[in-house]
Amino acid sequence: MQHGSQEEIQKQVRIYIAVFVALAALTVITVAISYLKLPLIPAVSVALFIATLKGSLVALFFMHLISEKQIIFSVLALTFVFFLFLLILPVLS
Amino acid sequence: MSHGEHSRELPFWRKYIFSLDHKVIGAQYAVTGLLFLLFGFCLMMLMRWQLAYPGQPLPWLGGLFNEQSMVGGIMLPEFYNQLGAMHGTIMVFLGVVPLAVGGFGNFVVPLQIGAPDMAFPKLNMMSYWVYFIGGVVMFASFFVPAGAAQSGWTSYAPLSDIASFGQTMWLFGMVFLITSSLLGSVNFIVTIVQLRAQGLTFFRLPFFVWAQFVTAFLLLLAFPPLEAAAVLQLMDRLAGTSFFLPTGLVVSGKLLEVSGGGNPLLWQHLFWFLAHPEVYVLILPAMGIVAEIIACNTRKPLYGYKSMVYSVIFIGFMSFVVWAHHMFLTGMGTKMSAFFQVTTMIISIPSIIILTALLLSLWGGSIRFNTPMLFATAFLPMFGIGGLTGLPLGLAAADIHLHDTYYVIGHFHYVVAPGTLFALFAGVYHWFPKVTGRKMSEVLGKIHFWLSFPLINGIFMPMFIMGLAGVSRRLYDPTQYAHAQPTQPLNVVISICAWLLGLAQIPFIINFFGSLFFGKKVGQNPWQATTLEWSAPSPPPHGNFETVPVVYRAPYEYSVPGEKEDFIPQTERK
Amino acid sequence: MSTSLIHYISKPHPVTGITNAKLGTWCFLASEVMLFGALFSSYILLRVGAPSWPHGSELLNVPLATLNTMVLITSSVTMVMSWASLAMKNFSKYRLYMGLTILLGIAFLVVKTFEYGHKFQHHHFPSTDTFYAIYFTLTGLHGLHVIGGILLNTYFLFPGSALWKTEPEQFTGRIECAGLYWHFVDLVWIFLFPTLYLL
Repeated sequence: MQHGSQEEIQKQVRIYIAVFVALAALTVITVAISYLKLPLIPAVSVALFIATLKGSLVALFFMHLISEKQIIFSVLALTFVFFLFLLILPVLS
Repeated sequence: MSHGEHSRELPFWRKYIFSLDHKVIGAQYAVTGLLFLLFGFCLMMLMRWQLAYPGQPLPWLGGLFNEQSMVGGIMLPEFYNQLGAMHGTIMVFLGVVPLAVGGFGNFVVPLQIGAPDMAFPKLNMMSYWVYFIGGVVMFASFFVPAGAAQSGWTSYAPLSDIASFGQTMWLFGMVFLITSSLLGSVNFIVTIVQLRAQGLTFFRLPFFVWAQFVTAFLLLLAFPPLEAAAVLQLMDRLAGTSFFLPTGLVVSGKLLEVSGGGNPLLWQHLFWFLAHPEVYVLILPAMGIVAEIIACNTRKPLYGYKSMVYSVIFIGFMSFVVWAHHMFLTGMGTKMSAFFQVTTMIISIPSIIILTALLLSLWGGSIRFNTPMLFATAFLPMFGIGGLTGLPLGLAAADIHLHDTYYVIGHFHYVVAPGTLFALFAGVYHWFPKVTGRKMSEVLGKIHFWLSFPLINGIFMPMFIMGLAGVSRRLYDPTQYAHAQPTQPLNVVISICAWLLGLAQIPFIINFFGSLFFGKKVGQNPWQATTLEWSAPSPPPHGNFETVPVVYRAPYEYSVPGEKEDFIPQTERK
Repeated sequence: MSTSLIHYISKPHPVTGITNAKLGTWCFLASEVMLFGALFSSYILLRVGAPSWPHGSELLNVPLATLNTMVLITSSVTMVMSWASLAMKNFSKYRLYMGLTILLGIAFLVVKTFEYGHKFQHHHFPSTDTFYAIYFTLTGLHGLHVIGGILLNTYFLFPGSALWKTEPEQFTGRIECAGLYWHFVDLVWIFLFPTLYLL
């Protein structure tokens, strides 16, 4: 799969390093916050928010989703909707 | 099987056993699926003896069963439960889906899209053998101590958690079957998206391909939760966890020594999250087959093709949000019951659109009543009855009375037996010439149909009456309940029809194997059909097409005004 | 073999813009999302229904798991670097980064083994209670996926790398797909870690 010339890949590499630093920082932050022992709902919200941020960085940059084609997004969007059904509906029932 | 451009001959085991050709794999799936359907049918015929004549020794065959199953020819309740659980499991997972998706899907889809094979031939071959292993595990489970799984095909906790070893085998078997399905579904999606012939846009696809496409998404996204559930149940059974075991569970008077804290409803949610989309997996390919056969044998385009396509996509999506209509009686509360009731009512709309479109496709047609057309046309009212009887079940209030009764059994069998199974038979008669280069006998085919059609109705129509009378399903001896005694004569009628239906399949079996050797030889397009598979030789060689097809037309250009022939193949230039 | 007639193995499809393997890999990952989603859903149902539920840090080793998180994140970087090296036609750099990815994966499993061993020593098993049951099952299934990834990557480091000589584009595509799988395994851990250890 061609992603471009040598310069473009070098630029990508710089981005990968930047993402790595961000991920490391977010990991430290999420662990630090857990030591605050916040009540459950804020704790879950913050932890989920940070995890989603980290996950998005991995997906967008390491998995190249940021430059990916529409067909992949369609499959993923569909999956995400069903994933939400699976996560939310049973506990509500 | 003729050979294409091979420079060297493959050895027998690579040509026929571990073949990478989608046509061989499709045939493997189809034959294995048909054999499992027969086996599952035999299990049911045994059950029907006990239901018609409870406690009576089984004549002739009783001696074949050991003490684990029958004592003096009288069926044990445990064995009855095994028959019930395995009949459902085998028919759904080892019979219908492998035949409909693995068999018809694998063989026909690449041909109908003008591709040389599936996108991942090695993956395709693996899918079949993983299915085969799953089937062996399921079959073998009958022969272990205390027998096969016996907690229903639904394996509800906590009963399934504490059941005998056969249940563990069921779980491992399911893991194999689910894996096979997942690998297959990836193949179908990629093939249909990437390998369509030039000019074959999505809205020029035959409806059969659309149906298989949506089905592949259902398999891909709905099966994993059941795999997770199987893992959790295996953990409960083998590692002593309590995912599905509540605190304080007492079994046979003793408190169960587990940690507790589990939730039996968790199993139900995870199971039905798959099993509801699974029923659409059972029906969608059948609708696809019926659509192809009706268009071809009415010599008319399908009525409302675009509506059918949008409907089938909508069904696929909605099928993920209706599952708890199987759980109305679990104490969900009125808000959630109302939610699932509404989604269930909504999902009936696209099904009705598809059925109506197929029905309207008959109007004004120049109908050829050959065997595939007989089965395909019969599908319409049968699916109609199945679908309509589903509506009271989808309404939470009515379901209070009907849940877990014979009404449910009647409903789902109407959709899947005179529904899907008839469509599958139609497909066999329709595509047999393409697979083998020979036609099946019309005489035997018509005998098969005219015997099967009334008998299958004789089996399932009385079940609605029994269900409305409150007779529960999965009962070893219905007569032990006073309210079930008045309908007991219906059980005799049903059983006799079932055994006769078994005999009625003999013309089909003779026809199927006999025609392989003695069937009338045919050319490329014996039905004068328009879709791409009929532009390939019968049977197609490796690579399928002599020249790579280019598509210029919609899929059902039959009886186009002003044209000489009453059909124009998709490959014909404008 | 008719497989030589199958298109879009190395070159992307003109309309969809991707290769077969890439679409196939993403479809497979979609199914994995549903698999782990089911387990997360089970976690939610069990925790909400429980009369009491311990805080992860009470029972589990947070510093060790934080280390493991960093190990996996680093392995994701080395994995994408191994693909980038191939895209820049540098095969020996590819081997270096792929080797590192495998080693980091093994390191993750070693740490996990210590964690599990410590639990078993103190008689904490899946059967102990539902917290441990879901902890062992979630991390266990994730661990199996890590093992699978390590085996896949090892195949591509050694015997599978022969394809580079004959079909470099197809091989680069395969490594990209292997990378997608490996990043996904990392992604699952990114959600697993706070869920089990920090809440």
